[in-house]
Amino acid sequence: MSNMIVLPLIVPVITAILLVFLRENIIIQRIVSVCTLGFIVIISVVLMLEVQHQGVMRIDFSGWLPPFGILFVADTFAVLLVLVANIVATICVIYAFFTIGEQYEKMYFYPFVLLMVAGVNGSFLTGDIFNLFVCFEVMLLASYALISLGGGKAQLREALKYVLINIVASWIFLVALAFLYGTIGTLNMAHIALRVTEAGVDPLITTVGLVFLIVFSLKAGLLLFFWLPGSYSAPPTAIAALFAALLTKVGIYALVRTFTLLFTTNPEVTHMTLGIMAGLTIIAGCMGALAGRDVRAIAAYNVLIGVGFIVAGLAIGTESALQGVTYYLMHDMVVKAMLFIAVGMMIYVTGETTIDKMSGLIRNYPFFGWLFFVMMCSLAGIPPLSGFLGKVLIGQGAIEGGNFVLLGLGFLSSLIVLYSLLRIFLSSFFGETIISIEDEKPLPKRIVLPLTLLAVCTIALGLGAEWMAPYVKDAAETLHTPSIYIDAVLNGEKWQGEVNQ
Amino acid sequence: MESLILILVGVLVAVATYLILSKQLLRVILGTAVLSHAAHLLILTMGGLKKGDVPLIGESAGPYTDALPQALILTAIVISFAVTAFVLVLGYRAYKTNGTGQLDEMRGTSDE
Repeated sequence: MSNMIVLPLIVPVITAILLVFLRENIIIQRIVSVCTLGFIVIISVVLMLEVQHQGVMRIDFSGWLPPFGILFVADTFAVLLVLVANIVATICVIYAFFTIGEQYEKMYFYPFVLLMVAGVNGSFLTGDIFNLFVCFEVMLLASYALISLGGGKAQLREALKYVLINIVASWIFLVALAFLYGTIGTLNMAHIALRVTEAGVDPLITTVGLVFLIVFSLKAGLLLFFWLPGSYSAPPTAIAALFAALLTKVGIYALVRTFTLLFTTNPEVTHMTLGIMAGLTIIAGCMGALAGRDVRAIAAYNVLIGVGFIVAGLAIGTESALQGVTYYLMHDMVVKAMLFIAVGMMIYVTGETTIDKMSGLIRNYPFFGWLFFVMMCSLAGIPPLSGFLGKVLIGQGAIEGGNFVLLGLGFLSSLIVLYSLLRIFLSSFFGETIISIEDEKPLPKRIVLPLTLLAVCTIALGLGAEWMAPYVKDAAETLHTPSIYIDAVLNGEKWQGEVNQ
Repeated sequence: MESLILILVGVLVAVATYLILSKQLLRVILGTAVLSHAAHLLILTMGGLKKGDVPLIGESAGPYTDALPQALILTAIVISFAVTAFVLVLGYRAYKTNGTGQLDEMRGTSDE
């Protein structure tokens, strides 16, 4: 049964390699990629039920018992993220069917997406920090290829920036790993957590923790986000939506894992820094979202506000805040994909990118307009949509933890998110229509379908909160009490006497 | 021995930083390659250099050298090899498309 944990990584890798040989046959490529992603969704639902039933599961590759071998660990937090990430990836791929164009599809678009999803799933599930680095690289290499597919002038330029930033970030990751190995002498996450706790407050360990913080902040777009708005507006909509939904979330996942499990001994330094960075990210994201006139820039800065808000929850670190983090991460994946697809569709139907040049879209495309409205409400956190509960829980955690600055910033940012999107809505969807009936670009049902599916997801996530609650609660409990995770990984074996120095 | 290697790591990082900060795309890419070598050496040194024999039970009575850093470096080298190859191709394409290998000339306008 625990062999299933490896499937979300291995299945997309295998199908991606198969698809390389089926380059000319687009129909098969489409079918295989959607089936693969759908299969992983099913697998992760089964895993989620299983983890709920029997606690944290793990698979030791080739039978090397932890802490010696590489292992995958499935706790509820990771499995929930795998589930939502793959649902969103499926929908983005369906959107790509109708919009991305044959040229991309023949240039290995689907294999790259599958490889990226494999890297994302691997990052969520791995229990070994060097393996996390490897999975990050799998995901990043696929994303390098995806961002430069097409090869326009601006796109290549942004791709170069994105690649170089990530190479330097990965280098810092390696340096952090080297120092971690030199200090702690292990790479198994549970074992690191154990040894860090045993070592107590140690300046060297705190420093290593802060270096990890820099790495994952670069990947997540936390404060060090200078690369993000440019990179996320260069590629085609389907790819940008995938990036916005998945890549920054993997960075956030790594931050959550690192600062709830590994480096917990010195929260005055690490969590304080996280809190300050989260606050500054929220402020900068709000400024960007307010100042932008380009819809893609507004969308990209909204990603940053989301990142800041989630990390604020992590910095607060109480159990209800962590529940909020789990819930909001899932919501954010769905709704950011929705935002980017909606923005891409606006650009597609009008041919313009600035909000001043679009007007009255709701008369031409009423259904699309209302979908945008649903997305806006969800992002702002209006019940019963999915953004509401995450915000409430993080807010509750902030009050419990007495963290009123972050609470204020977080809730003010909701208003600014609402304002920045309302501005798009008022100026582009309401008002005099500028597209006459004859010039109206047709928006076939199949192109609106993915957006509709995402809208259904966000409504379901909001209305189904009661059903999700036990899983989210379980995820937050495991995050809040690292010993559950550590015991599950290092249980029962005779390791303790032999391995401890 | 460790301190010598660490100084070498420092030199490599300095060279790489100089290269990455230059304006020519090719130098930047070479800089990233040198940077990754520095990281590999650092990992090797962190595990301790030649502290004992080959880590094979039966070959010697010990103490053994830690074999893990080498495994890590092998993985990291493969990855950095792939990334460098990719960036070289990407740099070449960018050079062809934009008609320049200078980063400051590549900047372009925001409304392309």
